Amino acid sequence: MAKLVELTALEAHGAMVAGEISAEECAGAWAEAAAGDDLNAYLWRNEGDDAAALEVDRVCVAPIAVKDIFCTEGVPTTAGSRILEGYRPPYTSTAVRRLVEAGAPVLGKTNMDEFAMGSSNENSAYGPVLNPWDRTRVPGGSSGGSAAAVAGGLAPWALGTDTGGSIRQPAALCGIVGLKPTYGAISRYGMIAFASSLDQCGPLTRDVSDAALLLAILQGSDPLDSTSVGLSGGICLPDREDLSGLRFGVPSDLTGQVFDAGVRAVFEATLEKIESLGGEIAEVALPSAEHGISAYYVIAPAEASSNLARYDGVRYGMRAEGVDDLLEMYELTRAEGFGAEVKRRIMLGTYALSSGYYDAYYGQAQKVRTKIADDFSTAFAGVDFVITPTSPSVAFELGEKTADPLSMYLNDFFTVPMSLAGIPAISIPAGLAEPEGGGPRLPVGFQIAAPAFAEQKLLDAAFALEQAIGFDARPEGVDG
Amino acid sequence: MAELEAVIGLEIHVQLATKTKMFCGCELSFGDEANVHTCPICLAHPGVLPVPNEQAIFYALQIAAALGCEVAPRSIFHRKNYFYPDSPKAYQISQYDIPIASNGRLGDIRIHRAHLEEDAAKMIHVGESGRIHGAGASLVDFNRGGTPLVEIVTEPDLRSAAEAAEWARLLRTTVQQLGVSDVNMEEGSLRCDANVSVRPAGSKELGTKTELKNMNSFRFLQRGVEAELERQRELVEAGGTVTQETLHFEPQTGALTSLRSKEEAHDYRYFPEPDLVPIVPTEEMLREARESLPELPAARIERYVGDLKLSTETAAQLAGDPDIAKYFEGVAEMTDDIESQVVANWVTGDLAAALRQLNRSAEDRPEPGSLAKIIKMVSEKQISHKSGRETLFAVVENTELDPQEYVDRKGLAQMSSDSNELESIVAAAVESNPEAAEQIRAGNGKAIGAIVGAVMKETKGRADGGEVNRLIKEKLAE
Repeated sequence: MAKLVELTALEAHGAMVAGEISAEECAGAWAEAAAGDDLNAYLWRNEGDDAAALEVDRVCVAPIAVKDIFCTEGVPTTAGSRILEGYRPPYTSTAVRRLVEAGAPVLGKTNMDEFAMGSSNENSAYGPVLNPWDRTRVPGGSSGGSAAAVAGGLAPWALGTDTGGSIRQPAALCGIVGLKPTYGAISRYGMIAFASSLDQCGPLTRDVSDAALLLAILQGSDPLDSTSVGLSGGICLPDREDLSGLRFGVPSDLTGQVFDAGVRAVFEATLEKIESLGGEIAEVALPSAEHGISAYYVIAPAEASSNLARYDGVRYGMRAEGVDDLLEMYELTRAEGFGAEVKRRIMLGTYALSSGYYDAYYGQAQKVRTKIADDFSTAFAGVDFVITPTSPSVAFELGEKTADPLSMYLNDFFTVPMSLAGIPAISIPAGLAEPEGGGPRLPVGFQIAAPAFAEQKLLDAAFALEQAIGFDARPEGVDG
Repeated sequence: MAELEAVIGLEIHVQLATKTKMFCGCELSFGDEANVHTCPICLAHPGVLPVPNEQAIFYALQIAAALGCEVAPRSIFHRKNYFYPDSPKAYQISQYDIPIASNGRLGDIRIHRAHLEEDAAKMIHVGESGRIHGAGASLVDFNRGGTPLVEIVTEPDLRSAAEAAEWARLLRTTVQQLGVSDVNMEEGSLRCDANVSVRPAGSKELGTKTELKNMNSFRFLQRGVEAELERQRELVEAGGTVTQETLHFEPQTGALTSLRSKEEAHDYRYFPEPDLVPIVPTEEMLREARESLPELPAARIERYVGDLKLSTETAAQLAGDPDIAKYFEGVAEMTDDIESQVVANWVTGDLAAALRQLNRSAEDRPEPGSLAKIIKMVSEKQISHKSGRETLFAVVENTELDPQEYVDRKGLAQMSSDSNELESIVAAAVESNPEAAEQIRAGNGKAIGAIVGAVMKETKGRADGGEVNRLIKEKLAE
């Protein structure tokens, strides 16, 4: 039998059920692997001391790494921010509770861009995460710690959140699978809010089957989240072998833009793979999608400016010292507690909601959002899926884009429209490509988007394509 | 210069008496130890989400029905953003451009809108003034934070401070009868702000308004509005202009101090609350809300005037307090051969006086049956009105007391006109007051008082006044 940590979560589950490995062996092997974190992927590892809420009655599912944005009772939860340093929530998020109830031990909490704002994980107050494929490069963000942990052999699978691409883009840059489910498929209760109308949690896994298994555990309506509806009919493991009868739409409004040649080559090779499996490639129009980034960077900061207003030093978390009055306490706490990108977005969002500017910014952005959603509805009348590269480039170098927020924002160009439309989208590794400046080849992600609540169909198609692509590259030194 | 007319609109916050808070499962409370009714949701921990209280939505629909409002088929919540320690999320979940109810009416006053929102936590400023300015420290009690509120906003239809206070009382009674709130102003379950402006009488335009806050009784509401109207009238008459601002009314001194001007007004950056879905009341909920309405004061006044022939004034007095109305109807039921107005007069007059003078509360009212017995004895002239009142006082003091027994024990039974006893007392009184008798014969009717007085003194009030008058005139005519 293969080494324990080479098993996917589904394989490990099978081995545990068959009695080939014990639950303790499985948990122990992964705890050991996580302890070897040299990527700064974990902010906290579960050594049992202060994690009563994470105690699993009977381990029967592989352990999981959880993005540090999920509140976990008694366990440090920072959202990658200084302002929540030392904060231990008094309650546990629905997603983590479901994992614990399903018998999955939590390995630890993973590093992330502060409050999920970023595409490189360089906005964490606790230092950047390194990409296991090339430690001079970023793992993507904001779920960078989760993606790096899975790709780097530090966790069999992980939980992330996606607001504009924060699961799909790091999954692509780290060569793993990342799924952003339909808005409302999984409860947001206990997931620290960035942009409430966009945030959705989802799996980062080694393969599509693991993504299906994790989604099956997580999905469902939750009385604690009025916007959660779950997936009627649940989720089954995918087993589709071909793509015959399915139409895949390529939106030239997005793919016609300039992006890395290596990424384009992998994308085009994947289109051929789809056709070889009997799938049909068609052109679709998403005329408003190219305005996605502009709309997103109004809506998300606007909601964030309100969501992050609660970090005021009054009730929990960090409080600035030596202040004389209330206003000074607010100002200094937030000045010291938040990082530059978070402050930038709070200011953008505050401005966009201000009286006199609301209609021109927030109102207008919501109209664009509606148009993008309409574009997808129209497209899905003619095709089953919409496909794009996940990210315009492979993993870029640490520090490469930190001085230029706009070029950083453009990383989400392909992923943001699906977030705005609230529809599910998956990124699967489709091949390797050289970075623009040359160097060893790095993973390229392929994004497939489906209509709202069509997760099963999406996973089935992604599974068939994954089998055909047969991506088996691993970062140096990682087994499996 | 044309006379200046007052233009007043009210904003009334009603705390709903639901079991739990608006968006979490914490119990509602008043007067409990600080910060015991809290949870991660109402303390705004990271990651929590609001879930609306269904009962609060139903109560709001009942209020909407009682105020004759239109109910929005799909109303939404907004976030009202502001930083203050009483608002742990740094935003209040409220309703903005699509409130649950609008365009209603109560009495003559139009209702602009009624919307659902959550209450802020309670701030306690430690220091002499009790206000934040100059406080040594400020404490926050989150027990109140998240209590469901309905804010009711009127059109600027009120024309005097007295009218505003009177209408606010009617609103309180109406909400009270729905049973959806404790409506206690002192405890803050009913709070009232007033928008006040003046304009030349007959003008259609609205003047610049000021907003008055912190009037925690109807008396203070009236005084505050009066003071502000006077200030505005003096200002405008002296050629000045009113500045838009928010004013704090200090009941102890009657002073109005500015909290903030228009320039300092908050920009609340309202936007639709993404954590909540729209409120879409079902036909069934709407019907249930309408059908659950008890008889409300306005309808009751109409019935009292129309069916029971009460004066409008008395009807309003009774209908304004559901307890009194119920009591009155109980007494009236047992005295159905007596005019309702007479019964009502006993309830609003003698009984109210007895309770007041004996320092008794409304709960100390005697059984309706006791008062009915007294009213019957008086109308059947078994006892005088004065004796009736004395009996009522005795019954209020000791509610166990049977009125008949008291009348018997005290010998209050009226002397009947056919008994010789009264006739001989009258004769004696006429004889012992020759001067008065002479004046009456000379045409001075008022002089009869002296003789009546003497008779009443002799009979200890047991004689019927009308009968005594008749007997005296008969005697003098002999």
